[in-house]
Amino acid sequence: MQASVEAAVADAHRREWAFVLAATVRVTGDIDLAEECVQDAYARALASWGTAGIPTKPGAWLTTVARRRAIDVVRHTSTRDRALPLLVERVAAPGPDELDPPDVTDDRLRLIFTCCHPAIAPEAQVALTLRLVCGLTTAEVGRAFLVSEPTMAARITRAKKKIATARIPYRVPPVEELPSRIDAVLTVIHLLFTTGHTAPAGSDLVRRDLVERSLDLTRILRTLLPDDADVAGLLALILLTDARRATRLGDDGHLVLLADQDRSHWDRTAISEGIPLVRDALRRRPPGRFALMAAIAAVHAEAPSWDVTDWREIVGLYDLLVEIWPSPVVALNRAVAVGLAEGPGAGLLALDALATEPLLATYSYLASARADFLRRLGRTDEARIAYEEALILSENEVERTFLAERLAQVET
Amino acid sequence: MAEYLILIYGEESALDALETGATGQMMKEHVVFGENNAASLRGGNALQRTATATSLRTDSSGNLAVTDGAFAETKEALAGYYLIEAADLDEALAIAKQVPAPHGGVEVRPIRVFD
Repeated sequence: MQASVEAAVADAHRREWAFVLAATVRVTGDIDLAEECVQDAYARALASWGTAGIPTKPGAWLTTVARRRAIDVVRHTSTRDRALPLLVERVAAPGPDELDPPDVTDDRLRLIFTCCHPAIAPEAQVALTLRLVCGLTTAEVGRAFLVSEPTMAARITRAKKKIATARIPYRVPPVEELPSRIDAVLTVIHLLFTTGHTAPAGSDLVRRDLVERSLDLTRILRTLLPDDADVAGLLALILLTDARRATRLGDDGHLVLLADQDRSHWDRTAISEGIPLVRDALRRRPPGRFALMAAIAAVHAEAPSWDVTDWREIVGLYDLLVEIWPSPVVALNRAVAVGLAEGPGAGLLALDALATEPLLATYSYLASARADFLRRLGRTDEARIAYEEALILSENEVERTFLAERLAQVET
Repeated sequence: MAEYLILIYGEESALDALETGATGQMMKEHVVFGENNAASLRGGNALQRTATATSLRTDSSGNLAVTDGAFAETKEALAGYYLIEAADLDEALAIAKQVPAPHGGVEVRPIRVFD
């Protein structure tokens, strides 16, 4: 019984944390206090679900308990209210309605716009969203950014302190300010998606909850800003990439590469929703980065097989992307595409041009891509070393299993 | 509500080079700013140039040394300030955007409140 309660609480932590926190911030007006109340609610769940049973809606139960606790704390501290940093107008006298789960969609959007406020440093915006909106641990956020856990912890603490002290408001900006505020939010949602699509650590390759949250948030933004090309581009990118989800893992939980995926099991509904959105997004000149990434995903989605994929078009799209978005990871993907369009030798040359990029030094994909090209060139000794390097760097179990298999192949 | 200090920074050499007419224009802009934001303004002043500043700094042996000049030498020097009251940072930033600040810009700092 206790084991099933613990599993239910852990599951609720993964799925509901952001909802509960976002709803509680609205009561406390203070993120740290809200986090304390939410943690308190999870602790009570562990104690009470064993005797009272696991509620049918764990999220609603947790939200009610966390908000009730928050209202108590706020009432007790009302005498020193002036000293408390206030994000929102506080409910004067919370009635019973206040304990009902509020409109969680709005609350999450409010939380994400607060986390992505321009007064917060860009790298802290994404970190804060992953920590507060997605409930990732500081260590997981650090890995998503390729920085150490203490660095990330300091960054998050500093950002939370600024929100409270400078009174960054907890609200969705007015319509006239939205376009300028939206790019930061899209960047964050995109990172949220990629983090969920390839979970940085643990035994699952994909964290469905993160992928679904990124999809939900993008759909909400699409309704708010139906004419925004970047929003359309991001929605298309998520749909077209996630359309492959059923085929990325084999029956035994092994990683299946894009080359080997059974394309008949790709989600055609998602693809047919995504393709018109790509066209929509590409209409703006010059196209934005999400539109270009979605266009690359669309080339894959429409190719009948890996062998007949139009790699030259993909390289061309990456060339445009590198120009407007010169990130090391984009350059790495471009190098891999060059190898597929022009052969492993050309790919290896393109990869080696990135060897001195410090941000990629601890990134397992550079090593695994090198290993793959070396293997195809028959340079097995070098391939073996590169696979070993990738194995050291990757913390995702599914990826590690795949890399270990490849390593075994080149060793025989 | 909370209070924020808007610190106005500018390049002194460029400000010195402003013609008399341009200086008059800037003064007018500050008057307009003051009128438009009268409800939020709690104070404000223009400062003399850093050449007139005197700094006092405690050295490693605890002695207070008096020196000529600004505390920190920067390309853009503190040229003036406004003290404002605003509901939150967005409101404070909306006011700060209206402050005339040629050859530089402004910094918005929340005022610290002690229990």
